Amino acid sequence: MPLMTEPTTDARVDPAPSPVPAPAPRTHAVGPVPGARAIEVARRSDEPVQDAGVGVEIEHLDAYYGNRRVLRDITLTVHPNSVTAIIGPSGCGKSTLIRCLNRMHEVTPGARVAGEVRLDGDDIYAPGVDPVVVRQRIGMVFQRPNPFPTMSIYDNVVAGLKLAGIRDRSLLDEVAERSLRRAALWDEVRDKLSAPGGALSGGQQQRLCIARAIAVEPEVVLMDEPASALDPMSTLKIEELIAALRASYTIVIVTHNMQQAARVSDRTAFLTVGDDRSGFLVEEGPTAQIFTNPRRQLTEDYISGRFG
Amino acid sequence: MSGADGTLAGAARLPGAGIPPRVPGRNMARRRTTDRVMRALLGIAAVIAAVPLVLVLLYVLVQGLPALNLALLTQAPVPAGFPGGGVAPAVVGTLIMVGLGTLIGTPIAVLAGIYVREYAGGRGATLIRFLVDVLAGVPTIAIGLFAYGLVVVPMGSFSALAGAVALAVIIIPIVARITDEMLGLVPGSVREAAYALGIPPWKTIVRVVLPAASGGIVTGILLGVARIAGETAPLIFTALGNDRVSTALGEPMDALPLRIWVYASGPYDSWHAQAWAASLVLVFLVLAFSLLTRLALRRRGAART
Repeated sequence: MPLMTEPTTDARVDPAPSPVPAPAPRTHAVGPVPGARAIEVARRSDEPVQDAGVGVEIEHLDAYYGNRRVLRDITLTVHPNSVTAIIGPSGCGKSTLIRCLNRMHEVTPGARVAGEVRLDGDDIYAPGVDPVVVRQRIGMVFQRPNPFPTMSIYDNVVAGLKLAGIRDRSLLDEVAERSLRRAALWDEVRDKLSAPGGALSGGQQQRLCIARAIAVEPEVVLMDEPASALDPMSTLKIEELIAALRASYTIVIVTHNMQQAARVSDRTAFLTVGDDRSGFLVEEGPTAQIFTNPRRQLTEDYISGRFG
Repeated sequence: MSGADGTLAGAARLPGAGIPPRVPGRNMARRRTTDRVMRALLGIAAVIAAVPLVLVLLYVLVQGLPALNLALLTQAPVPAGFPGGGVAPAVVGTLIMVGLGTLIGTPIAVLAGIYVREYAGGRGATLIRFLVDVLAGVPTIAIGLFAYGLVVVPMGSFSALAGAVALAVIIIPIVARITDEMLGLVPGSVREAAYALGIPPWKTIVRVVLPAASGGIVTGILLGVARIAGETAPLIFTALGNDRVSTALGEPMDALPLRIWVYASGPYDSWHAQAWAASLVLVFLVLAFSLLTRLALRRRGAART
């Protein structure tokens, strides 16, 4: 299911902030049709879909917990089929920012958002938009691996499809194998697909969660410090995985590890926390530039370890 | 103590010992003694907690076994003073009324627990929890009166239905509270994982959160069933009791606790013996039900994984 009719310009070879891609004719609407997309997507059997990711434009985004503003006026463009790293000191709102991108922020009682987040041109906060549909299109991997405790490895991977009402066993088998292969976990679990997901090691559980997230074929995958609870070997595997997934998805990764940001990302956004204790965007650009030649003094101070 | 001190002090004097071992002083000895005393106290408390159960079971077994026979389970009571007879109406009645009470009460309770945990806001949840706790604390005889007013008076007669309603009202707060607590134990990260997959909240609750909490909820239902199976007071002016086997919900029905109460407070030795045997049957029924349920659940869990 191509989401763009015209080939997208490759963000990685375009260091200047590229203009917002014009809203392309879409094959489906952000609207209250839960399940419809998952079914449509699941029928697709071609192997790694190239350039399936779409861009995300964040415009004048404020995020609040109750009356406290934790993010202030964030404007940031996430380019299709690229890895965007979000770095910054503790408490600057990195996690809050990516939770705003799939409407997970509002799951916390009292949390709310002002501003716009456009997925492929459509504001996901527009009235009438169903957060469930937004989350089907924008997947998420969390800091701590969180496989479903009562489900087997197999059921974990296909949970998104099964709970959307898909029962076609051969289709589910196919999706499970493909997702596990793409999450670089297939060889380790192929003989124990019916074992509980919680029986895997932490690193395997996290790859299981990645497999689960990509099984529903989202267009964007958000990762909230996906390797921070893992050992170095597992971290390496996750990073390799991110590099491989970039061909098919738009990836946004929050990390407190600057080396990791430098290794895995095409573009980097640096956030910090202001005197009013709300986070704001300092600068965003190609990763190489941010790490070697930042435009702002704050960024340079942070990446050279002077604070944070 | 001094011996231990001496030995270790001696070891410290050995030549070639690079780092002198720490010599346990009087402080260490006192801590050890405290540790032993506290351990012993805890152990004794645990035994005291378990002893009544063993004693009750043993006593019921010893007193009840002699009068336990097939006739007890299959025959209706005979007039006082005559030999033989049984408590069949009470066995049938308990099965029917506890079953019906559980069937009425449990769905309401589980749904109420889900509402309190997943949907009610902070203040609403606190209020409902408080009310449920109060309901759990209402004396069961008062709940019997409530069922009398609700069912017996309008229907114009004592009935099994009224008894089942009373038992349902008793099981509701038990199961509702446990459902609420067990859902609260399911980590928020599991819910978030489901939301992030684009699974609607209601489906997340039904397919992800409830299964994760089901073990605890079933335990709560078992506790509730055991509890209402032994209730006497709420049945006195609802089900009333019956000397004949009856399966009609609109008519008076016997129950084991009722029968035990009547026989135990009567003057005849044959009644006392049958009351003991009936107690044994009641205890066994509750035990068997809870064991079977657990076994079935374990088998289902094993089949799934």
